[in-house]
Amino acid sequence: MAEKSPQELLAERQQRVLDAAALKTPDRVPVFGPYQKYPYNFAGVSFKDALNDYALAREACHKFVDYFQPDVDFGPIFAYPAKAMEILGWDAFKWPGRGLDDNVMYQYVEGEYMTAEEYDEFIFDPSDFMLRKWAPRQFSSMKGFASTVPWRRFMWSGWMNLPFFWSTPEFQESLQRVTEGAAETNLWWASQFQYWGEVNAKGFPIAYAGWDWPPFDIIGDTLRGTHQVLADMRRRPDKLHAALEVATQIFIEYGSGAAGAPLPLVWVWVHKSTRDFMSDAQFKEFYWPYLRKGILALVDKGIIPVIYWEADFESRLEHIADVPPGKVIYHLSNTDYEKAYSALKGITTLMGNVPNIMLHSGTPDDVRAYCKKMIDTFKDGGLIMDAAVMLDEAKPENLKAMMDFTKEYGMY
Amino acid sequence: MSNKEELVVLIAEMEEEKALALARSMIEAGESPQDVLDASSKAMAIVGQRFEDKEYFLPELIIAGDMMKEISALVKPLLKTQATQVAPQGVVVIGTVAGDIHDIGKDIVTFMLDVNNFEVHDLGVDVPPAQFIAAIREHNPDIVGLSGFLTMAFEQMKRTVDAIAEAGLRDDVKIMIGGAIMDPEAAAYIGADSYGKDAASAVRLAKSWTGAA
Repeated sequence: MAEKSPQELLAERQQRVLDAAALKTPDRVPVFGPYQKYPYNFAGVSFKDALNDYALAREACHKFVDYFQPDVDFGPIFAYPAKAMEILGWDAFKWPGRGLDDNVMYQYVEGEYMTAEEYDEFIFDPSDFMLRKWAPRQFSSMKGFASTVPWRRFMWSGWMNLPFFWSTPEFQESLQRVTEGAAETNLWWASQFQYWGEVNAKGFPIAYAGWDWPPFDIIGDTLRGTHQVLADMRRRPDKLHAALEVATQIFIEYGSGAAGAPLPLVWVWVHKSTRDFMSDAQFKEFYWPYLRKGILALVDKGIIPVIYWEADFESRLEHIADVPPGKVIYHLSNTDYEKAYSALKGITTLMGNVPNIMLHSGTPDDVRAYCKKMIDTFKDGGLIMDAAVMLDEAKPENLKAMMDFTKEYGMY
Repeated sequence: MSNKEELVVLIAEMEEEKALALARSMIEAGESPQDVLDASSKAMAIVGQRFEDKEYFLPELIIAGDMMKEISALVKPLLKTQATQVAPQGVVVIGTVAGDIHDIGKDIVTFMLDVNNFEVHDLGVDVPPAQFIAAIREHNPDIVGLSGFLTMAFEQMKRTVDAIAEAGLRDDVKIMIGGAIMDPEAAAYIGADSYGKDAASAVRLAKSWTGAA
């Protein structure tokens, strides 16, 4: 048989994922690998260098994809642009070279970036709140935005008033730094676009057409902080509900950019949904209805949300089954996949769940045995093989075993 | 119901504003600050028990912790001598390992050990092995708890356990690990004595290790 062309391979891999997502039977179980720092470890590149040298990050990702041949590829998107973050002064973030060692994963510094008294401002005009309150707290470069007035006052002859506030030295300085940061960010995006073209030309689709965050986590992660948002469920439930309505609209707007993409996967990074964070009753009141509403809106636009349930969500299985069948992918991590399968069979395709510790310190035989059990469980389909959580560290032979075994044994 | 009894109920039922108002009025009326503190501690134990029973979750622990903090700030300056406390069940040194700044899991375990009468020394986040060793020497704990959320925590925990062994302290302490991606296999790799799936199992482990089960 003649070798398939990269274009044929690209189409084949896309179709495999689309079929799996739609609960049709693909030719075999697709195999992913949400790897954030891993390709750089694999290529022997320090994470700090990968964040600073966009060409080096691309090169490492090429090495990764050439060797492992996953069905979809993330590329260098997780190597955030360190120089741009430096220029913009992202104070709410630590990365190698700024607060962390060279090979440590970057981390978000949680805080109360919106006070309890500011809920109404956010609800009334989220853009204004983000621009003049939130951004100056997160980015030192944007401090000058705090001394401006709301853009909504621009209307009619209001435009004559706004420039008065733009003439301040602090706003002028912010504009200067934001302009520099934008230029650097664009270089990074250009590198991403270049990589997409290159890897598509090799026959690999890009794993994402968009990213998103559940409404509760939009409020919790970026605005109120974990401590405050969890307490708000009891202290000020009405305000929280009103803010969640707004955040749901932001969720839908954010994810909708993926509409029309050939592989319209929008990865939804779920953070505070587990029983460690809230009761089933709280989940049903504050978390799931808003996320579900957002999911349904994206599905309506032909988008496939990939819900990255980033912890054990066994106790939630019965609550999250009310989504349209064959339209959503649920990513598992540390959840009993047999229970998940029996609860969600015929509703969503499940992705996961190879334990990271096994990929890190187990053997290829361990990995193959685990994958075999998973594939046998999902013998009617509905499975995408993947690591349990984002992969930073693993023995190459273990990850290779996950990829190769799935391709051999996972034929339908 | 006495004010003291009512305060226990208000805190345990998460009636934050009423509880704090009552605590303040008790102090203003000249009631014993020690009574106010005792009532709060009693309520914390109830909250801890409800957390273990999966009746309460993290939001309730947070609010309880905030109430305790406020009440402590209110009464502690009034306590002339440190209250006589019952001897702790055991001593624990706990921290999130180097390179990792996630604190939620560690904070829950700290809270739960605290309400179960363990003396807990929380070293915070991003704690290098040397700091664990210094804390072991200072506090002479029965148990060391290592927390970590990131996958690289496997290596950092292993390094920390190895460093504790090199310092000649490994046999003096039991080591437990916790974190979303931890499991018994990880504990074995790291060289810890055990892993706790959640805060309740951390408490069970700690009790069994200190003979308090």
